[in-house]
Amino acid sequence: MTTARAAGILLGKELRLEFRSRELLSATIIFALVVVVLFSFAFDPTAAESRRYGPGLLWIAFLFAGSLMLNPSFSREQANETLDALRMAPISPFAILLGKMLANFIFMSIAELVLVPIFAVLYNISLAGIVWRLVLVLMLGTTGLTVTGTVFSAVSAHARMRELLLPLLLLPILTPLLIASVESTASLFQEQPALDRTWVAFLAGFDIVFMTAAWLLCDYLLEE
Amino acid sequence: MKARLGITIVIAALIFLAGYAALFVAPDEKTMHAVQRIFYFHLPSWIAMFSALCVVFYANIAYLITRKRKFDALGVAGVEVGVMCCTIGLITGPLWARPVWGIWWTWDARLTTTFILWILYISYLLLRGLLEDPEKKASLSAIFGIFAFLDVPLVYLSNRLWRTQHPQPVIAGGNGSGLDPLMGKVLLLCVIAVFCVMVLVFIDRYRLELLRNECDELRFEIESRSAQASSLAASFAGEVNE
Amino acid sequence: MGISFQSIEKRFGSLAALRGISLEVQPGEFVALLGHNGAGKTTLLRIAALLMNPSRGSVQFVAAAKESSRPVSAQDGEFKPKHAIGMVAHSTLLYDELTAAENLSLFAKLYALGDVVNRVAASLADCGLESRAGSLVRTFSRGMRQRLAIARALLHGPALLLLDEPAAGLDRQGLEWFSAKLAALKQAGCTILMSTHARNESLDLATRAVALAGGSVQHDSGTAGDPRPLLAALRAEP
Repeated sequence: MTTARAAGILLGKELRLEFRSRELLSATIIFALVVVVLFSFAFDPTAAESRRYGPGLLWIAFLFAGSLMLNPSFSREQANETLDALRMAPISPFAILLGKMLANFIFMSIAELVLVPIFAVLYNISLAGIVWRLVLVLMLGTTGLTVTGTVFSAVSAHARMRELLLPLLLLPILTPLLIASVESTASLFQEQPALDRTWVAFLAGFDIVFMTAAWLLCDYLLEE
Repeated sequence: MKARLGITIVIAALIFLAGYAALFVAPDEKTMHAVQRIFYFHLPSWIAMFSALCVVFYANIAYLITRKRKFDALGVAGVEVGVMCCTIGLITGPLWARPVWGIWWTWDARLTTTFILWILYISYLLLRGLLEDPEKKASLSAIFGIFAFLDVPLVYLSNRLWRTQHPQPVIAGGNGSGLDPLMGKVLLLCVIAVFCVMVLVFIDRYRLELLRNECDELRFEIESRSAQASSLAASFAGEVNE
Repeated sequence: MGISFQSIEKRFGSLAALRGISLEVQPGEFVALLGHNGAGKTTLLRIAALLMNPSRGSVQFVAAAKESSRPVSAQDGEFKPKHAIGMVAHSTLLYDELTAAENLSLFAKLYALGDVVNRVAASLADCGLESRAGSLVRTFSRGMRQRLAIARALLHGPALLLLDEPAAGLDRQGLEWFSAKLAALKQAGCTILMSTHARNESLDLATRAVALAGGSVQHDSGTAGDPRPLLAALRAEP
């Protein structure tokens, strides 16, 4: 069975599991919203300030919410040792990892789709004319987040204090992603929105590097 | 034993020499004067740190491929030494910055990314502490180490693309860079001295880890032999009873 | 499909779980793996299931004569042993938040089985859970979960069945069904490795008994020998 097909089957399983309860998704969205609102107490933004600080705030909210959401990826499999069942099946280990990465990507994207309009309203930032370019930046940033986050979820699933460990490991690694995403988003929020090619290329590069590393290391990641 | 003592003395002498040179031999820098002398230890500690972390990267990959515990030992030794050098760099930096620019710290890109690096490798040590099974500890920290190392150029690149408050690099890159030849010689001496200290500590820590592994092996041997002996005794007793 | 353990050693840090186990299991044998908790039975089974690599030694799979004629595609070549291995473990290996049918469908698809819907329905009917096909596994009793776990292991028709204390939690009816299933599988030439530390009816089907203690083989009744003396030494199920 090809990796892609196996990953697709596993993606179906992850989606089914999550959409049955929707707990994780709703908690993620609400948490990100809380972060966004909290920031508004920290400073009362004028329009220009919103445009300047907004992207940073948005991406920090996504990173925080994401690193909490990514924890259960692998710890959910520990309840009945279902990860063993997946590892025994005739599929490549990368298919298991890829299935989870795709699921996390979808969940995170849904959360972002809900949050970005709310954020635009709360901080009076117009999204007209930049929607598709913003979607591109969001997708690239989210890919980096979910690729590294899923790998680290597998790493921290074996450790004590995993709820604290995952953000601790993940957030420093993601600083280049944060910088690049914030800069790309900021250039889109300007008076004359423009897609900053350098930063977008950087984001793509970041995604490729870590996706490749995940692919090369997944055997060691999932083995007992 | 004697050779190691000899080498340690030589390196100690070297670092004293370097310190003396940095403080008294090197010429005074025209804008920053005496404070600039911290640079003679600030830059070498970065070089030492970076070298240690390159070795860690190699050790991490080697462990995953060969599964030999010595590479895991090399990795943990390198990270501890790297964190030490990074700490020195992060302390000497502000000590230099305060008199020169009037601030202890700034969140400019280069400083920030170095701080991140420090956090990353401390997290490596934290991760090891939170994992119990030795094999998992070795393989998962190797994976994290590889990711952290791959992150380093990305962090640096994102920093270069971003604006920075650091002075134009004095040695290489940028216009108006260049160094007084005597300064250059002193710097080279300091780089070598600090590098040697780093290597010495690295090797010692590596040896310590290997010894710990050896102790574990011996403990394992003792336990397995006593287990065999007791099961043998039990089966004899069983036979006697029948 | 037979399995051959060659000088298997397994260490967890400074704990030795298996010390030099060499065992040849011929295709079609029914091996009862005996021993107290901590003897290494679970570790050996997990190594056989390819979930774990031994610290030293190797595991090899021996295809029975009639199996080698089964057509296997080039892609499957990489995973061939896995297609033929089924395992019932300490944990159920089931997703509590999926229904019984969904659990079985998932694994049917992962093992690339055809006609998933009918196959799953047949399997559920066979283990007596068809009325609960649409219920979440979370709502099942222990005995029902164990039955489903066994059904999951047998879904892809494995030629090598690894059972780690499979009777745990099964009620009277479940045990009868399970013994009948094992008898049928044995008849069909399936190789079975079952670990247990107490007596149950399925042991009557065993053709061989291997007793482990402290990570090594203490007694082995052998391929051609009589397992009953060793089995008789087991205490009865409480």
